[in-house]
Amino acid sequence: MTLMAEPSAEGRFGEFGGRFVPETLVPACQELETAFADAWSDPVFRADLDHILRTYAGRPSMLTECKNLGDQLGIRLVLKREDLNHTGSHKINNVLGQALLAKRMGKKRLVAETGAGQHGVASATAAALMGMECKVYMGAVDVARQELNVFRMKLLGSEVEAVHSGSRTLKDAVNEAMRDWVATVETSHYCLGSVMGPHPYPYMVRQFHRVIGDEARAQSIELMGDVPDVVVACVGGGSNAIGIFSGFVDDRTRLVGVEPAGGAAVTRAQPGVVHGMRSYLMQDEYGQVQEAQSISAGLDYPGVGPEHSYLASIGRAEYPNVTDAEVIDAFQLLARTEGIIPALECAHALAWIVRAAPEMQGQTVLMNLSGRGDKDVAQMMEVLGK
Amino acid sequence: MSDTFGRMETEFRAKRAAGRKLLVPYLTGGLAGWQDAVRAAAAAGADAIEIGIPFSDPVMDGPVIQQASQMALEQGATPVSILQEARDLDVGIPLAVMTYYNTVHHAGHERFAAQLLGAGIVACIVPDLPLEESGPWCVAADAAGIETVMLAAPTAPDERLPRVAARARGFLYSVGLLGVTGERAALASTASALARRLKAITDVPVLVGVGVSNAAQAREACEVADGVVMGASVVRRMLEGGPDAVGAFVAEVREEISH
Ligand SMILES: Cc1ncc(COP(=O)(O)O)c(C=O)c1O
Repeated sequence: MTLMAEPSAEGRFGEFGGRFVPETLVPACQELETAFADAWSDPVFRADLDHILRTYAGRPSMLTECKNLGDQLGIRLVLKREDLNHTGSHKINNVLGQALLAKRMGKKRLVAETGAGQHGVASATAAALMGMECKVYMGAVDVARQELNVFRMKLLGSEVEAVHSGSRTLKDAVNEAMRDWVATVETSHYCLGSVMGPHPYPYMVRQFHRVIGDEARAQSIELMGDVPDVVVACVGGGSNAIGIFSGFVDDRTRLVGVEPAGGAAVTRAQPGVVHGMRSYLMQDEYGQVQEAQSISAGLDYPGVGPEHSYLASIGRAEYPNVTDAEVIDAFQLLARTEGIIPALECAHALAWIVRAAPEMQGQTVLMNLSGRGDKDVAQMMEVLGK
Repeated sequence: MSDTFGRMETEFRAKRAAGRKLLVPYLTGGLAGWQDAVRAAAAAGADAIEIGIPFSDPVMDGPVIQQASQMALEQGATPVSILQEARDLDVGIPLAVMTYYNTVHHAGHERFAAQLLGAGIVACIVPDLPLEESGPWCVAADAAGIETVMLAAPTAPDERLPRVAARARGFLYSVGLLGVTGERAALASTASALARRLKAITDVPVLVGVGVSNAAQAREACEVADGVVMGASVVRRMLEGGPDAVGAFVAEVREEISH
């Protein structure tokens, strides 16, 4: 029995999760739950997905041992290279799964939200591949700081709408995508980009990202003869983290999810309900959702997926947070020591490793390199000066 | 099901029996002058008022109500301040509150129900709390005598509607279209179709809301339904013309649905 089993019939992980959506969407969520269960247990669907992950997305992604940086930090540092997937991040695993499923359900259009633009690009890519229409909602702040990805989505034939309400970041993009889905639910599939939202999304998206953890476990044993002592990943909604955690949750491996200091929902540990789920959520004394503040558009989110709240509440995983300044240092550090420019999101994971290395001397540390940093180069040029 | 109805449902059933169509305007609480707008709407022939407690992330609302919510929040409105101000309203018709579930969840079910009761509110609408998640709130609301209005949507299969109707108190909110609140050029065909399906299975008063945009559309919806909830059209008038414009609009709709 794994600790990461199916959620309860109500979509709960412990006291987190659920399905807090407008009545209009309840039948669609139920239909999706049934369709996913059916597809996931269908060997033909699984083989189709596996084939496309191998021949299109580039799986399996490899492990890279970082000798230079590992020696410098006094640890054995290994990266899971999700940055080398097609479209440049882990997001493609989930999107190909959902797009295949949407097709199987007869949907002709995908709706997606995006923060950094990686999930939007992955969705636009899958839509192009499978001949579907795609509309991506993106906060106006993120449209400005992730210009390159906006243009990529357009090149791929998707429509991108800038969202000007609220904090004009990921949270508001989710709101607008949900509003679209409420109006178009009969023909559209909401391709949600992380392990969040109403049941079955947190569970379904986790299953589509399990491949990261399953591969990484086998690869770690092959490379190091054992599972790593520590597994580290960044956490926005938490999809890349849950994916890699799922391979090690039943081992003795320490699991660390790293949040930005300005979006540290788990540290605050206050349950709330937004975007269809009950989970830890940054909110004020009246329950108004607070705006996250992060240099990384992909982590600029005031909540976290419900299974992470559960893992935190039972003490199975820990969720420290790092500052923008630490992230900027880590971003440059990996580039200079290993020749790998990381996405700002996973630079959070590295920032924590750098900070915690003195207490991890001699340990094996596996970090999920969830994406590559190309999209962040223009923004970092502003931050660091040309 | 209970056979003793709350204040709003009792009044609505009596008015329906007397041949009156029910009109429930929605107003965003906390906007400057909102209490005067409630009074104007009541004087112009509203049968109840739905007071919106603004939430940071209103996923069922279109641009007009989003804007009003954001303005009210920027002006410092909180659930506590709005309920405090509601206490002074003595308009002779039932008052309901509409808010998103995190407002309720954050306060705590029992505490929120008590706060409503203390403010003279008789009913509550929570558009992101569907039947399957409504249990704990309904227990607290029932105990406090707060009527929980349930929403029914055009996407529901036939099998679902009786279960939603059975849990509805006050009235049953028949969602007029696939989409969020906001004015539309015409009443969606889904509006009358769903109201007809609901009327066939329940004797709880059925009111159409979302996308009922003007007096003529209200009249069309009332050919099948027991009444209408009007949101964005009312709030837009509040933003553009204040309480007087709200009163004039409610009077116009009242007149149109009274023939
Ligand atoms: C490279 C990368 N990593 C991580 C994330 C954060 O998402 P999650 O926490 O779901 O993995 C994003 C989101 O945009 C991303 O682009």
